Amino acid sequence: MKIALLGNPNTGKSSVFNLITGLRQQVGNFPGVTVEKKTGTLLIDGDAHTLIDFPGTYSLYPRSKDEHVVYSVLSDENSSDYPDVVVVVVDQSNLERNLFFFSQIYDLGLPTILVLNMTDLAQRNGLSVDLEKLNAFFPAARIVSTNARAGMGKERLMTAISDISKNTPEKRTPIPLCPADDIACQEQEASSRYTFISEVISASMSKVEAEKKAVVSALDRFFVHPIFGYLIFAAILFIVFQFIFAFAAIPMDLIDTSFAEFGEWLSNALPNGVFSDLICQGIIPGIGGVLVFVPQIALLFFFISILEETGYLSRVVFIMDRLMRPLGLNGKSVVPLMSSVACAIPGVMATRTISDWKERMITILVAPLMSCSARIPVYTLLIALVIPKTTILGIFNLQGLVLFGLYTLGLVAALLVAVILKFILKSRDKGFLMLELPTFKSPRWGNVGITVWEKVKVFVLDAGKIILAISILLWALATYGPSESMKKNSALAKKEAKALHLSEEETNQRVASAKMESSYIGHLGHFIEPAIKPLGYDWKIGISLITSFAAREVFVGSLSTIYSVNETDDVNKRLIDKMRAEKRTDGTPVYTLAAGASLMVFYVFAMQCMATLAVVKRETNSWKWPLIQIGFMGALAYFGALITFNLLS
Amino acid sequence: MSAKLSEIKIGNCATVTSISDSSIRLKLMEMGLLPGREVTVLFRAPLGDPIAIDVNGYMLSLRLDEAAMIHVEEPSLVIA
Repeated sequence: MKIALLGNPNTGKSSVFNLITGLRQQVGNFPGVTVEKKTGTLLIDGDAHTLIDFPGTYSLYPRSKDEHVVYSVLSDENSSDYPDVVVVVVDQSNLERNLFFFSQIYDLGLPTILVLNMTDLAQRNGLSVDLEKLNAFFPAARIVSTNARAGMGKERLMTAISDISKNTPEKRTPIPLCPADDIACQEQEASSRYTFISEVISASMSKVEAEKKAVVSALDRFFVHPIFGYLIFAAILFIVFQFIFAFAAIPMDLIDTSFAEFGEWLSNALPNGVFSDLICQGIIPGIGGVLVFVPQIALLFFFISILEETGYLSRVVFIMDRLMRPLGLNGKSVVPLMSSVACAIPGVMATRTISDWKERMITILVAPLMSCSARIPVYTLLIALVIPKTTILGIFNLQGLVLFGLYTLGLVAALLVAVILKFILKSRDKGFLMLELPTFKSPRWGNVGITVWEKVKVFVLDAGKIILAISILLWALATYGPSESMKKNSALAKKEAKALHLSEEETNQRVASAKMESSYIGHLGHFIEPAIKPLGYDWKIGISLITSFAAREVFVGSLSTIYSVNETDDVNKRLIDKMRAEKRTDGTPVYTLAAGASLMVFYVFAMQCMATLAVVKRETNSWKWPLIQIGFMGALAYFGALITFNLLS
Repeated sequence: MSAKLSEIKIGNCATVTSISDSSIRLKLMEMGLLPGREVTVLFRAPLGDPIAIDVNGYMLSLRLDEAAMIHVEEPSLVIA
């Protein structure tokens, strides 16, 4: 049996979903659209039923593309998701608005269960509902009361579903729906529904207090205060980033080293050959390259879902909306953009809450311009290389100032591009806010845990495939090359090493460097040299630019291989020495201030992250947007670096 | 006295008379904000926009240009 779970936003619908399905959940998309579809399995008396969680909506008639799913599935009996039973979750403390949606669903004629949720909150507000009288208005519906946050009512709901599955009521004649674009018809319907609902309410609900008013919590006085509001938000961001940088690094290093060690161990254990190389140097590091993002994604969504569960996130949207609007963004863009300072992947994934298509696309497109943590190793290396350790105006460390400048450059670029995209992207819908500010609640840790688990799962399973494929391709390009030149060059390197009486380790480094130069990527590096010469780069930097498409920090590793620096501790210092000594054919140094600064600017702008591309592809459901992103960010990077190089040289 | 919802002072309540923009009228109705309803302006965001109002017991935030589409009647008692 297929069961649809429906309801207004903020009714505790996801708590009800988690309550009855536990961890037996799957996340996917509704066919053809990027609307998240959660399905869960319900086991009742040995029978498995599928529960489909639909997006929270105030009406059956859609106001955004996301909500269109509800209408298109429920108005089409041939849809693959068309349910046998509908379960509508209703917030008892806000009965009128919730019954509006419920009555629309009831009129579809399907077997219907009404879940009266948040009974505790309603009681606190002095509201009580006479279930029998309410049932008299919707005679074909089963009514169940729950308090899903406290885990109450699970049995009652399961019994109701089980009863229907054993003794399915006949489908009632549905009341015809208005066409999705006939506003006049829908308005007429809405008016008559409210007339009916006011009858229902006056007959079945009693209030202890004379009047019911939304309680403005004392917390709101701080959270939306002109000064404290922003200070509190800044403080929360600060704490979140402290946590991420302090704690994500530990598991990330662990994943990095254990995958490297496992690959090495396996390559010793397996017989030599192409197959062993593919597994040990291609696939295993590729999987490691996917998993290494998991700690950041998990931690960010841990915090985001706490902030969302408590109701604080909607206050952030409230205070930031006016600031973001001139940029073509929405108050809801703030959290994705801030998350992107740690990592653009969770940032892009967090844009799901933005219901307006245009505002969501702009947020996704500019998010990778925010300087993420993978750029830090690149920035650090380049700053140490070309920026002197001097103090400016007595207090400012020049190297620190440059780092700050790079972050600012990324932020400014993101905002400017957003403004430009605002005029380019066409959208028929006018952006709305109309956001419900839910009452403050303490977070449900179960819901937080499930959100984190789902986001990680989606990333590893969906985006992971693309990342793994690209990293194997990059590995193959860096390992293989025209066999003639590969052999010749490595033999030459061995000969040179012998003549110089180098140790075995140094010889191996020389050979690795020579192999990389004669590999396909090495050829590519040479091939693009004319194009990157105006930026101040040579073919060695070209190789590193290509390989760091896997992830930006790979830049450092590639340079280490090219310059034959052993990857042990202090790699930066010895790499920097080698880079400083590097000369062009005319004897001038390669890494001048101009070339270094040009590289930094390049890394601020360039879309060098296949993981982000994979996530953008998943979130937009097409390759069009990630390709546009590579294009405009690449152009920004190229011309930004070109201007920088020419200004400074 | 008739006014727009965007002009109502914080803490004051007003009764909705009509919503002039057809593209948001239906959406507001679906969220429980329809002619005849009494709403209270609760607070404003730091830059005066958006605003938060009470609609029948829950808090709804609206952008100022959305609130300007909502025509209301202020009870004459409240006017100083």
